[in-house]
This record gives sequence, structure tokens and C-alpha cells, in this order.
Amino acid sequence: MVETIVSAPADLPVGPVRRHGIGWWGVGTLIASEGALFAYLLFAYYYTGATAPAGWLLEPSPALKLALPNTVLLLLSSLAAWCGEQGILKRGRARALFGFGLAFVMGAVFVAVQGIEWRSKSFGIGTSSYSSLYFVTTGFHIAHVIVGLAVLLAIFGWTALDYFSPRRRLVVSAGVLYWHFVDAVWLFVFATYYLTPYLGFGR
Amino acid sequence: MSDWPLSYLTSAGPRAREVVPLTWYVLLVSIAVSLVISALLWRALRRTRPEDQSIEIRDVPIERGTSGVRWISIGLMVSAVPLAVAFVWTLLTLAAIAGPPAHPGLVLDVTGRQWWWQVEYAASQPSDVFATANEIHIPVGVQVLVRLHGADVIHSFWVPQLSGKTDAIPGQTNTSWIQADKPGRYLGQCTEFCGAQHAHMQFEVVAEPREDFDRWESLQRQPAAVPSTAEASRGLSLVEYRCGLCHRVRGTAAGAVSAPDLTHLMTRRTLAAGTLLNNPGNLAGWVQNPQNIKPGNLMPNQFLSAQQLSDALAYLETLK
Amino acid sequence: MMQPQVRTPTVGIDGVEHEARLHELWDTSPGWKGFLTTVDHKEIGIRYIITAFVFLALGGTEALLMRLQLAGPNLTLLTPEQYNQLFSTHGMTMIFLYASPILSGFSNYLWPLLLGSRDMAFPRLNALSYWIYLAAGLFLYAGFVTGNGPNDGWFNYVPYASRDFNPGLNEDFYALGMVFLGISTTVGAANFVVTAFRTRAPGMSINRLPILVWGTLTASVANLIVVPAVSLAFFLLWMDRQFGTHFFDTAGGGQPLLWQHLFWIFGHPWVYAIVLPAMGMVSDGLPVFCRRPLVGYSLVALSTVATMIFGFGVWVHHMFATGLPGLGLAFFSGASIAIVVPSAVAVFAWIATIRLGRPVITTAFLFFSSMILLFVIGGVSGFMTASVPVDLQLTDTYFVVAHLHYVLIGINVFPVVGATYFWFPKMTGRFLDEKLGRWNFWTMFIGFNLAFLPMHLTGLLGMPRRVYTYADYGGWGALNLITSIGSFVFAAGAMLLFFNVIKSLKSGAIAGKNPWDAPTLEWSVPSPPPAYNFAVIPTVASRHPLWENRIGGDGALSSLDRGMMLDHGKETIATSALDAEPDMVLEMPHDSFAPLILAVGLSALFVGLLLKMWMLTGIGGAIAAFAILLWLWPTTDLREREPAHG
Repeated sequence: MVETIVSAPADLPVGPVRRHGIGWWGVGTLIASEGALFAYLLFAYYYTGATAPAGWLLEPSPALKLALPNTVLLLLSSLAAWCGEQGILKRGRARALFGFGLAFVMGAVFVAVQGIEWRSKSFGIGTSSYSSLYFVTTGFHIAHVIVGLAVLLAIFGWTALDYFSPRRRLVVSAGVLYWHFVDAVWLFVFATYYLTPYLGFGR
Repeated sequence: MSDWPLSYLTSAGPRAREVVPLTWYVLLVSIAVSLVISALLWRALRRTRPEDQSIEIRDVPIERGTSGVRWISIGLMVSAVPLAVAFVWTLLTLAAIAGPPAHPGLVLDVTGRQWWWQVEYAASQPSDVFATANEIHIPVGVQVLVRLHGADVIHSFWVPQLSGKTDAIPGQTNTSWIQADKPGRYLGQCTEFCGAQHAHMQFEVVAEPREDFDRWESLQRQPAAVPSTAEASRGLSLVEYRCGLCHRVRGTAAGAVSAPDLTHLMTRRTLAAGTLLNNPGNLAGWVQNPQNIKPGNLMPNQFLSAQQLSDALAYLETLK
Repeated sequence: MMQPQVRTPTVGIDGVEHEARLHELWDTSPGWKGFLTTVDHKEIGIRYIITAFVFLALGGTEALLMRLQLAGPNLTLLTPEQYNQLFSTHGMTMIFLYASPILSGFSNYLWPLLLGSRDMAFPRLNALSYWIYLAAGLFLYAGFVTGNGPNDGWFNYVPYASRDFNPGLNEDFYALGMVFLGISTTVGAANFVVTAFRTRAPGMSINRLPILVWGTLTASVANLIVVPAVSLAFFLLWMDRQFGTHFFDTAGGGQPLLWQHLFWIFGHPWVYAIVLPAMGMVSDGLPVFCRRPLVGYSLVALSTVATMIFGFGVWVHHMFATGLPGLGLAFFSGASIAIVVPSAVAVFAWIATIRLGRPVITTAFLFFSSMILLFVIGGVSGFMTASVPVDLQLTDTYFVVAHLHYVLIGINVFPVVGATYFWFPKMTGRFLDEKLGRWNFWTMFIGFNLAFLPMHLTGLLGMPRRVYTYADYGGWGALNLITSIGSFVFAAGAMLLFFNVIKSLKSGAIAGKNPWDAPTLEWSVPSPPPAYNFAVIPTVASRHPLWENRIGGDGALSSLDRGMMLDHGKETIATSALDAEPDMVLEMPHDSFAPLILAVGLSALFVGLLLKMWMLTGIGGAIAAFAILLWLWPTTDLREREPAHG
């Protein structure tokens, strides 16, 4: 006798629980797509540099005195955002607000320092292919950081309104994931523009 | 010129000829595959009964049927063989047509420009270097190295009976090589979309016996003849003053390089990159109204008076 | 009020009150408000299909104008500039505004029905992807109708696309329009990926998915990864043109070939993205008319993915003449030859299915089976040009034009028309007229082959592409005339489809739930389906739920009449990725203005960029930001928030 199977699950969560929800997958696809964008930006750098004549690098030894501390700052901001998320997980609203707020401030400082660095460069966006790539790539990154700041601000505000509990907080986790992504992308951009010249690429 | 001047299946040089047997192979494999698949489809479809025009679909019962995976595995195995052969043959042919030649008998610098071909003949003596446009002469049986340059946008250099395509890209120098095994005129065409008059950007490769080529070459090296008639002299002044803004005629004050070199214009069979035959009527029409013939090209209409036009032509016709 | 955080879903059968409640929860509001705010995948899918067919007609008209100009040598019907804008707009329209959106439309409509779900995973994102598609299409055509259409081909090579050689707005319309359109493609792709992995019916394990789902899923994963390449390329072009950057111009150290790499890294996977879902339609539809399951389901599913993976590794075959080193040429030539293997799996599977089945001839069947031959012809001409030395002679000639039309029309258009005949009864409750359908088929089939088969010869005889006129070398004139005549016959055939649709909407024969006696879940619901698709969530036990009692063997049976009711709110079930075990009750959003507002904001943003009206861009950006905030604001309906302390 062939039986008909009827799915009758018990005790299913209703709506997203912790990180388990389709919103998590949604942010994942966004990150995949944006990550690919940066991969192509870096591809453009490597391809142009590899096929360019000598002297393509306008700064054979890129100045690290602003960029390196800025990188560390951004990494620490991820830590702050993580702390903020932990605050939500442990019902510590003050901790959460502190973490998100600190991450926001650190991110804002990152943007400001990047702006100072841009102005300190001896070349402009239209100087050469190297300079165009530099400004557009770091520019795309800063745009993503600014979106991330808006996300942190929203999460900060919604936390202040007591929207989240350890179970219902997928929005927070997704937003913090996005912030980590922006951070990770910077590591690749930083390595490409600031470190590979020292290794001899493009000289 | 052949009946199908742009078909490489009637090749005239080794670099094109090497590709023809491979072409026939892949073409015949392709036709065979298409016929086999058609036959299989036809046989499969024949299983429908003739009165199926109005059959009720539910009257034909569902059956699980046999797995049929064997069709796929056999199909793939059979397909793999001609594919592998094609790949190996491709590699061998690639090697045969590869360049650049180690010891070319002639070196040309060809620059693709909107919408004509600038051709410079390299030489060891700077005074022997000369430029022409749209018509390339080469000696028969000699490997000719062609260095391709892009002056504005991407063009592609293609003379099918002698060689496959190579792009002329600004910012880099690509190399191609051609060799003709018999004398003749071989048509070439730009094959990378380059703007309004991409359709009218042809060139000719004229392969001739060694003595004829040498004679042509030494003629091309000469500067323009001094005009002997009054009409032609007036024409010369006009050409220097007007045409010299873009064109060059060696031995005169017309010395610009953004348009074709006219020093030996009358030795060329066609005008405007293969668009017109080079005869007096066409030349007059072209000089006066190039926009009529090649709308959008970079030579403006001249608005010459009848006298000016006739003088200019009188001079141009001395540029043999 | 605390909402329950876990629940055991009630399992039962359909009833009058249950249905009434579901209608109340799921029906789109009536009138204009509903029209502008709907998130119902079926309404969105139909909009996509109608809009894509409109663009098909526009692109086809552009082609007919071109064929008039090329019907004989040295004709002067069109100026060079007009012709160049026509061929560029034709390519852009067909490839970006028809080929992908039509498949998105069918997939959008069908996926939840195929998967046993009540909607896509992100209904509002679905609405957004359509509105942006419409806005971007209008944006691009605004260029064309004002004489500023793209004029450098759909592939838009630099330096000709740069400001020096193309100073008008043409390229700016194209570049910004494409970046805009890319947003639609990306969010659409994200929706398909998450839906495929998370919102299927219980028991719809990964090896029971219809091949259409495999095809669209593969295309969507690919699109997520490659669309950024072309969006970036167009953005960098716009920067070079308007802000004096030097990505592509050699004077500033830029690289013209960078454009080609970025474009084709996108472009090649894209052409697989616009055929794999259509192949899936054939794989799902053909077996119905052969009265048996598809031969080699697993191989076909795997080959879909394998073809796309190979497809990432062949892009340089569009660049064989650019002066690349021999090793690179050899690799890409080999990969391009090898890709024939996975793409051939489906062909053999289809032929075997017909041969081992008992085919019933209907119009849908004619389109699904004839495409096999067209696929093969297109495939072998591709095989020919995969060989570098042959390609160096045939590229940029009409041989490639023949190839690309056989693959695009053969593997996208013909299946799409077949799909229209197949699924029209489900969408509308009426059949398309079969007699008219036969005329439709034969006119299209004969017209298409009359137009494009001779083109292989035209190319072998050396006629170059993208030329507005030609001289009459050895027979070009006669061949072109035949092609032109064929194209008009083909167009008449396409017109018959539109006519059939319009006629049948009013007077087609009534179709029930399962007019074709087909096996998959969409045929278990009424035609057309109610807004909520399934009154109770089905449980799936095989690939062919509606055929189980006839081919089931000793496996279990699917349950269609009895299942989870999920009527406490607007809900569907979320399931695990591989085995489709239920793991969450998914609350779905109601109709919303946010997607439309966001699309309007983005439109203003892009128009502002085009015209360099920065104030407009700013306003558009602000509207967009507001819409996003509105959209993402956590709500209790969707269980996105609850207070931390009770």
C-alpha cells in the first residue's frame, strides 16, 4: 500500500529567529554581488598596471602614515559593531548603543581621514589611469562605508526604540554583517593600492 | 580580382591557405551533425500517429518508459571525437599561422584611421621611407611583416585571401604577416566597427613580381613631379593652400599627415578606401562633395568654383 | 500583545471559510492603488512578459528597417548614422530588454507555483525589479527616440564610445541606462537565488526541482557575479566621458582592452543566462507532450550548472583578433570547444525523450521540438568559430550574425513562444487557438530559416557585419534579398502570436486546472490561480507529483489536498536548502508603495546624472533613501522586532 506523505512539522519558529531567516540570505546575495564589483575594480588595476609602461605608479612608495592607522581604525570599528551586536544578544541595550555608536564614529573618522588623504595627493582624478583607478576604487569604497554608516545609524536608532531582542534581531545581524563586509573589502583595496607597490607591482 | 574577393576559401597565400582544410573539416562536421540531429528528430517525430492532429492528450497514457540515459552517454561519446580532433587540428594550425616572421622580406607600418588605411614602407635609409594610402603593394612570395597601429579608434586589418584578422588598437602595436603566392589584387576590409563609414573602409593588397614591385617602390619614393602647364600650376597652389591642411604631397608645401598621402595618387586603383574607382569623373565628384559619397567622413565638401575644380584636377592628375 | 514565537501549523484540507480567509489576506487591493503596490508574483510576472514582448516588437521593427536597407547593394533608405543607431539599439533591446526579462517574467510567474509556495522569497524586491526594468527601458528608449540612441553596437567598444569620437548624449544614455537596468537584474537574481534555496514546498528536494528552476537559478547565481562587471564598465566609461578620467583612453595611460575584458567577462555568462532558463522550459514542457518523464533528469540538471561554469571561462573568444599571446588563444579556444559537451547533454536528452515517448503534436510541442534543430545549428556554428584560426576569418562577418541568431532565436525565442502556448491556459484559463498556432509556428520557422540559414554563406563569402551598405560581390545582393524577405515572413509569424494572444484572451476555449495532463504542481491549482496559489501547502514526494499514481513505482505519494493551512496571516513555509524540510513559518509583506517610490527616486537620480542636474540627482537620492528606510523599517507583522524585555 503506497502511502501519501503529509508534512506536519511541530513547533516551527514564526518569522526570523536569531540569524535564521531569509533576510540573512538576502544580505548574503548583496554582499556576493558587491564583492564581485570590487573584484572587478581590482582586476582593472592589475590589468592596467601589468600592461602599462614603466612609471605608471605615480607613487612608487605610497604613503602609509594616514592609510595604515585608518585601516586599523576600520578594523576596530568592526570590533565595536560586533560588541554592539553582542549587546543585543545579551539584552544589554546600553552596550549595544555604545557599540553601534562607537562603530559609527570610527567609520565617520575613517571617511574624514580618507578625505584628508585624498586632498594630500599630488595627483587628481584626471591625471592618469593610475590616479583615476585610485580615486574611483577608494571612492566606491567610501560610498559603501557611507551606506554602512547609514545602516549603523538606523540600527542605533531602532535599538534605542527597543526594537530588538536576542531572538528578533536579524536586522541587526544583517547590518553588522554588511559592515564587516565593507571592512573586509578595504583590506583587499588597501593591500592592492598601498602594499603591492612595495612588492614591485607596477613600478 | 576573384568573384568572391572577400572569401578566404579561395586563398592566395600560406597564412590563409593553412586555415582552409580546417575550415572544411569543421564545416563538414557541422553539416553532418545538423543532418544527423535532423534525422534523429524526424525519426522520433514519426512515432506520432497520422490522426494525431486532434488527439485528446489524455488519451495517450503516461508511461515511465525506459531510462534512456544511454542516448546521452552515447551521444556525448560520439560528439567528443570530432571535438578533440578539432582542438588538436586548431593547435597545429595556430602554430602554422603564428607570427611574427623571423626574417620578413618587407616591413610595413599600417595605421587604421577613420576611415582609411595609412601604409608606411619602412626602410633603412630615412630618405627611402614613404607613405601611401589604401593600396599596399608587395612582392610575390615574400613574407611581409605588418605592424598595426591605431590612431583613433579600434579598426581591424583583414585581407581574407592572405590572412585572418588582426585588430589595430590605439596604445599598442599588433603584428600580422601576409604572403601572396601568386600575383593579383586582394581585397581587404576593416572588420571592427569604427563609426559612420566603417562600411567604406577597404584596402587592396597588390602582389606583383619582384621587378614590378621594385619599380613601383622606387616610383613611390620620388617626390611629386613639378607641374608643366599653367592650369596644373594653379592647381598646385590650390592644393598646397587647401588640401595641404590635411594631405601631404611630398615635394610641395602640402605637408599635413591627418589625411592620405597624395604624392602618387594616380597610381592607385581606387579612391576613398575602395569606395570609388579612380577615374577623372569620380575624382572630381569626390574632391567637391565627399559628404555625398561617404556621409560623415572627415573630409568636408570643398565648394570649389568650376575653374578651381578643373585646376585642382589638372594638378592631381599629374601625381602619377 | 506578544505574538507567538513558535507554532505548530494546522494541517487540514481546503474549505470555503479557509479560502475566504486566504483571499482576504492575499488578494491585491483593487484599482490603481493595487496596480501600483502589488507584490503578487503572478501580476509582476505578467507585467514582465507583456513589457518584454513590447520590446521584442520594437527590436523586431528596428531589424526590419535594417533589412530593408540591406535588401540590395548600395541602397540609401537610411543614413549611416540612422543605421548605426538602429543596429545598436536592436542589439541592446533584444539582449537586455527582451531576452532576459521575458525569462524573468515566466520564472517569476511560475516559480512559486512550481515550487509549491505562495510567493517569491522577497515580494517587494520582486516589484522593485519590475519597476526598475520599466524605468530603465524607458530611459534607454528616451535616448533612441530623441535621436540619441546608442550608436556603437550593443558591445560599445572604446575608444569609439569615448567623448572624443562620440560627443553627443548617445553613449551617456546607454551607459547610465545600463547601470540602472543592472540594479533590476541584480535584485531579481537575488530573489531567485533565495527563493530557490529557502521557500519550496516540503519534500521538494534539490533533485526534484523542475529544470526551469535549475536554469533560472544557475542564471541568477551567474548574474549576481557578472552583472557588476558590465555595470562597472559602463560607469567607468561614463566617468571617462564626463569627468576626464583615463580608464580607457591611451593618452592618459588607459587601456582600451580593459573595456573588452570587463564587457565579455559579463557578456559571455550573460548569453548562457538568457538561454539556460529557456532550455529549462523545454525540458519541463517537452516531456508532457511525450507522455513520459524527461530522459536523464540528473544529467540535464548538472549539465545546466556545468555549462554555466564553463561559460565563465570562455570570454576571450570574443577577442581572438586583439593580439593576445598564443597560449591564451589556445586555452580559450579549447574551453570554447569543450563547452559543447555539457550543452549537448540537453539535446540528447530531448531527442531521447521524444523517441522513447509517444509525442502528441500541439503548437507548444512544435516550438519545443523544433528548437532542438535550431539549437544544434547555432551550436555547430559556434563550434566552428571556437577554433581560433577559423574565427580569425569568420569573426565580424555575417557568419557570426547567423550563429548568434540561431542560438538566441532558437534557444530563447522559440522556447518562449512554446512556453506561451503551454502556460497561457494556466495564466488565463483559456487556450490559445491551435489552428492559428500552427500558422504561427510554420511562418516563424520557415521565415526564420529563410532569413538566417543563407547568412552562413554570406559570412563565408566575406560580408562584414555592422555595415550600413555593401557592394555586390559575388552574390551578396541575392543572399541579402533572401534574408530580408525571410525576416519579413518571420515578423509576420511573430505578429500571429500577438494576434492569437489578443484573440484568445476574449474567446479562447476554456481550460481547466490541468489541460495538458502535466505532472508538476502548477497544474494542481485553478486556472488562473488564486492570489495565494495553494490553499494548503503541498508535500512533494517525487519529481512528477501529478503523475505518481501512474508512474510512481513503490515510492510514496505527494499530498496535494491535505497540508499546512498557514492562514494565521499572510504566510508561507520556509524550508531547508537541500532537502526542503520545513523550518520556519514565513510572514510575507502586504502590498507596498515602497518599491515604486524607490524606483521613482532612482529614476530621478539617473536622469539627474545624465543631464548633470545635480539637484535632481540629490532629490532622487533622498527619495530613494526614504523609500529604503520605509521598506526596511522593522515591523511586527513580519516579526522583525520585539522589545528586549517583554
